[in-house]
Amino acid sequence: MIRERHLNIGLLAGLLAVALWAMLADQPFTITLATRAVILALAAAGLNIALGIGGLVSLGHAAFFGLGGYVMGVLAYHAQTYTPLELGPFSIAGTKSMPLIWLAAICVSGLAALVIGLLSLRTSGVYFIMITLAFGQMFYYFAISWSAYGGEDGLSIYVRNGFPGLNTLVPIQFFGICYVILCLVLYLHARLARSPFGLALNAARQAPVRVLTVGLDPTRLKLVAFVLSGAITGLAGALFADLYRFVSPTMFSWQMSGELIVLIILGGVARLCGPVVGAVVFVMLEHLLGGLTDFWHVWLGVILLLIVLFARGGLIGMVSGRAVAHD
Amino acid sequence: MTEPVLQTIGLTRRFGAMVASDDVSLDLRAGEIHAIIGPNGAGKSTLINQICGELRPDSGAVRIAGQDVTRLDTAARARLGLARTFQISALVMEDTVLQNAMLGALGAGGRPWRFWRPVLADPDLRARAEAALDRVGLLPQRGTRVSDLSHGQRRQLEVAVALTLEPRAFVMDEPMAGLGAEGSKALTGFLDGLREEAPILLVEHDMDAVFALADRISVLVYGRVIASGPVEDIRSNPDVRHAYLGTGS
Ligand SMILES: Nc1ncnc2c1ncn2[C@@H]1O[C@H](COP(=O)(O)OP(=O)(O)OP(=O)(O)O)[C@@H](O)[C@H]1O
Ligand SMILES: [Mg+2]
Repeated sequence: MIRERHLNIGLLAGLLAVALWAMLADQPFTITLATRAVILALAAAGLNIALGIGGLVSLGHAAFFGLGGYVMGVLAYHAQTYTPLELGPFSIAGTKSMPLIWLAAICVSGLAALVIGLLSLRTSGVYFIMITLAFGQMFYYFAISWSAYGGEDGLSIYVRNGFPGLNTLVPIQFFGICYVILCLVLYLHARLARSPFGLALNAARQAPVRVLTVGLDPTRLKLVAFVLSGAITGLAGALFADLYRFVSPTMFSWQMSGELIVLIILGGVARLCGPVVGAVVFVMLEHLLGGLTDFWHVWLGVILLLIVLFARGGLIGMVSGRAVAHD
Repeated sequence: MTEPVLQTIGLTRRFGAMVASDDVSLDLRAGEIHAIIGPNGAGKSTLINQICGELRPDSGAVRIAGQDVTRLDTAARARLGLARTFQISALVMEDTVLQNAMLGALGAGGRPWRFWRPVLADPDLRARAEAALDRVGLLPQRGTRVSDLSHGQRRQLEVAVALTLEPRAFVMDEPMAGLGAEGSKALTGFLDGLREEAPILLVEHDMDAVFALADRISVLVYGRVIASGPVEDIRSNPDVRHAYLGTGS
């Protein structure tokens, strides 16, 4: 058994090595694939806070992913058409600056998570799954009918947004940005899991009655987790849209929400690098099998089934065993 | 007369046609152990659930130190100083013994909104948690997961988590259940000293423990208090002997 900590470091180093190798070998498409994996891992890492630690099976995280994407799309669209964005009494200029777009994506998706969380957390179990799914679908259909920003066809951006001091059009540089953000978020997750909040949230998942008896409110703990989770997935959405310079309603689809859950289960629920393993495996299957057959999802399903049946800790659990208790 | 630490006034709760709590009025005073006994299904746990806020009464009221808490939820009552132990252990099974005790200390401190520093490195919380574990003799097991503990050790941990709250009153639902003679005796000795810190409302089937510990006993049958008073009165009460202890004994 490999210690989980070492496995995590190896994984992240490996991902970086692949991208650097692709740069030296002049394989920009491989860098794009690696970037896609990193961004999907980031989106799932966001979900992992709510689902892994908090036990909130959200089938609506595509709402935050899509919101992040549309925040980037709308702001960049207004910047490239030199038209201000009219929001009731406010008039906001568009922007092509990544940090500003990220900030907006985090705020908008965090706020949406607050509202959705407040309403959804009155329920639990299957009802929670259904209500989050319903919210996701609301955003999906809204995006389809939102003709000002492309409706069903989506919205294209001419040039990737900028980051001060970097040339984001160079694949490896954009990869680097996404990779650093992923590492920061994973670090945040690791701190959070051991923090007072993490202890309480983890207990709220397993024994909400116990949390109440010590005077804490499990629903509030879960709500905060849901907001953090949504904000991170929203940030991933902004990066995802920037990767393809395109945003469309499919980012809001329930399949997207399902995919994020699949990534986590593949890698290992609540495991720090579960989303990373899940995303890498997913992108590899998608690329390798997707080229051979249109039915590659079947194989994904088989793998998923095997994991659920025989390896509850996901791929990480298979390699490094049961999660160790903190001390 | 001083205010009782804990008081129920005419608590009534029905499940369908069955009255699980029928006009239950009782109180808990500083320094005492007040035992509640009664046959299986008498409504003891139902009563405790209403006292602690898991269950709303159909009518009646609960007071903590004179304050009406009937409309407050479990967490708010815990913050007002009510510490409960469960008949069936309700612990965080995947966490360690220390983490469970830390959760109690965290709740008592009331500051869970900290996201960065490791909780186990918080010296105040840790001291409080370890002191409680030490008192029930679980300190050597602090690194063990609850799922790997024996039944008896889980019962001890239930008590330890309650201790971390440094409460105004303890409400314990059958803490001796399944402990065995040895364990019951040890816990009896421990609870005997604990009443000095905070009074205990004690639901218990173990009659040796009840007679050894209680200052007062209330007898619950079909949701109704059929007798309440000092130990000797209850022991010799014919109704109680008939309804609960069995006429022959
Ligand atoms: N949520 C509920 N819904 C319906 N009936 C209930 C509910 N909770 C308890 N009861 C019933 O109320 C009665 C009292 O149950 P309670 O658990 O309070 O008894 P108890 O005195 O604690 O028994 P024991 O000694 O077995 O722990 C029982 O007949 C039980 O079946
Ligand atoms: Mg009971």
